[in-house]
Parts: sequence; C-alpha cells; structure tokens
Amino acid sequence: MAPSYAVPLNWYLILSAILFCLGIAGFLYRRNIITVFMSIELMLNAVNLSFITFSYKWRAVDGNIFAFFVMVVAAAEAAVGLAIILTVFKNRRTLEIDEISSMKD
Amino acid sequence: MDIALFIIFAVIALLCGINLVVQTHPISSALSLIGVMGALAVLYLLLGAEFLAAAQMIVYAGAIMVLFIFVIMLLNAGAERVTKTRQLVKIAGVPLIAVFLGIVAFVIQAQLPRSQLVWFGGFSGGGPRDIGIPLFTRYLLPFEVTSVLILIAIIGAIVLGKKEMD
Repeated sequence: MAPSYAVPLNWYLILSAILFCLGIAGFLYRRNIITVFMSIELMLNAVNLSFITFSYKWRAVDGNIFAFFVMVVAAAEAAVGLAIILTVFKNRRTLEIDEISSMKD
Repeated sequence: MDIALFIIFAVIALLCGINLVVQTHPISSALSLIGVMGALAVLYLLLGAEFLAAAQMIVYAGAIMVLFIFVIMLLNAGAERVTKTRQLVKIAGVPLIAVFLGIVAFVIQAQLPRSQLVWFGGFSGGGPRDIGIPLFTRYLLPFEVTSVLILIAIIGAIVLGKKEMD
C-alpha cells in the first residue's frame, strides 16, 4: 500500500513536459550554436524522465533500458555534433547560427 | 519525506532549466544543464532507477558535459550578441510552446488516474543486475546495434576533426 508521503505519478510527467518545453524554448530563442545543442540535451533528459516514470508505473525494467539507449545516442550525438561545431568554427570563425545560413540561401 | 525531496529537486531542475534558457553565456548554460542533470539523477533514484541515476551522473554530467565545456573553452565562446529573432518565432514562439505544454498536461491529467502514486522503494527493479539481464538477452540486438552506432560516431568525429575544408 502507498505510504502517506507518496508523490503523484502525474507530477513527474508534468515536470518532464515542462523541461521539454524549456528545451524547445532554448532551441528557438538562443542564437549560440552550443547553447542550441545543449537545449537538445535538455529535451533528451526530459524524455528520459518520462521513460523512467512509466517504467515505475508498469513495474517493468524496459523503460529503464530505453532511457539507457537514449543516453548512448546522446553520447554519440554529442561527439559528432561537437566535431561539427569545431569544423564550422574553424571555417567560419563564428558560433552564431544566424551567420551560418549558406544552406538556406 | 519523498514529497519534500521531489519538490526540492524538481524546483532545482526547473530553476536550472530556466537559467539554461535565459543565460546568454554558454558556460552558464552548461553549468545550469549540469544542475538539471544532478537534480534528475535524484528523481531517478526516487523512481527506483539506481543504475540510471549513477549512469546519469557518470556519463551525462561527467563525460558529455565535460566535452561541452572543453569545446566552449577551446573556442573561447563569449556571450552571444543580440541579433534579431525571426518574426515568426517572436510572435508565435511562446504561445505555441504554452499551448503544447497545456495539451500535454491535459492529456496526462485526463489519461492517468490521480490515485497513481510514487514512493521510494515501490519499484526496485532498476539495479545493475535487473538492467543487465534483459539487456543481454531480450535487448541483445539493439545493444549490438548501439555499439556500431558508437563506432560510427567515433569515426565521424575523427574524420570531421581531421578534415581540411576550403
């Protein structure tokens, strides 16, 4: 039986949704390529919290394993993304995403 | 006890998340992100995911964020200059995010019964042994594919690092 100090499951999911929305806001409003990249990491973390909450809800370990895979993908993404940022900086001498627009023009 | 821990660390995660978005200097954003990750690790512990709480601190806060801070220091990235935000983003950005959050919160409240509760010790299947056995039996193929993914990422990073573009 649940003890009296237990936390509603919904609170974890709503916290996860708020963190995800903060990640979207950072992605849209920040102009520094590294900060934009960190906003994506924040969104991945928020999704991990949801996975682990549902893992708790169903008392099954699968959600934990998916969160583990998300972490692995985030590590791979960080390695490649930061290498791309370094290459962009070497060639353009800037980190502002507004000045890196040659694929749009 | 649980509810106090949840509220303290949820507030820390939210404040650090807001700080990540409003700071203009990338190093402040990186430190806020480490704060978010530390607070989330405590929440993972409350949810019974011990292995992932440790992996969150070691892999995320330890390895990935150190990589980020290395790059910020290497490129000597300063505060971003204020440039104009796209008109569409300026007008519709915050309202659309608020609508999205509202819809998600509504679906969560409507679909999940309020009586679902979380307490420390309610689920203890997140230890290394409980993760490891399914990972090497039922999830063996995804696990092996992940190793190929990491190999590709390493090769990609090396190629991008060595390439001379003109």
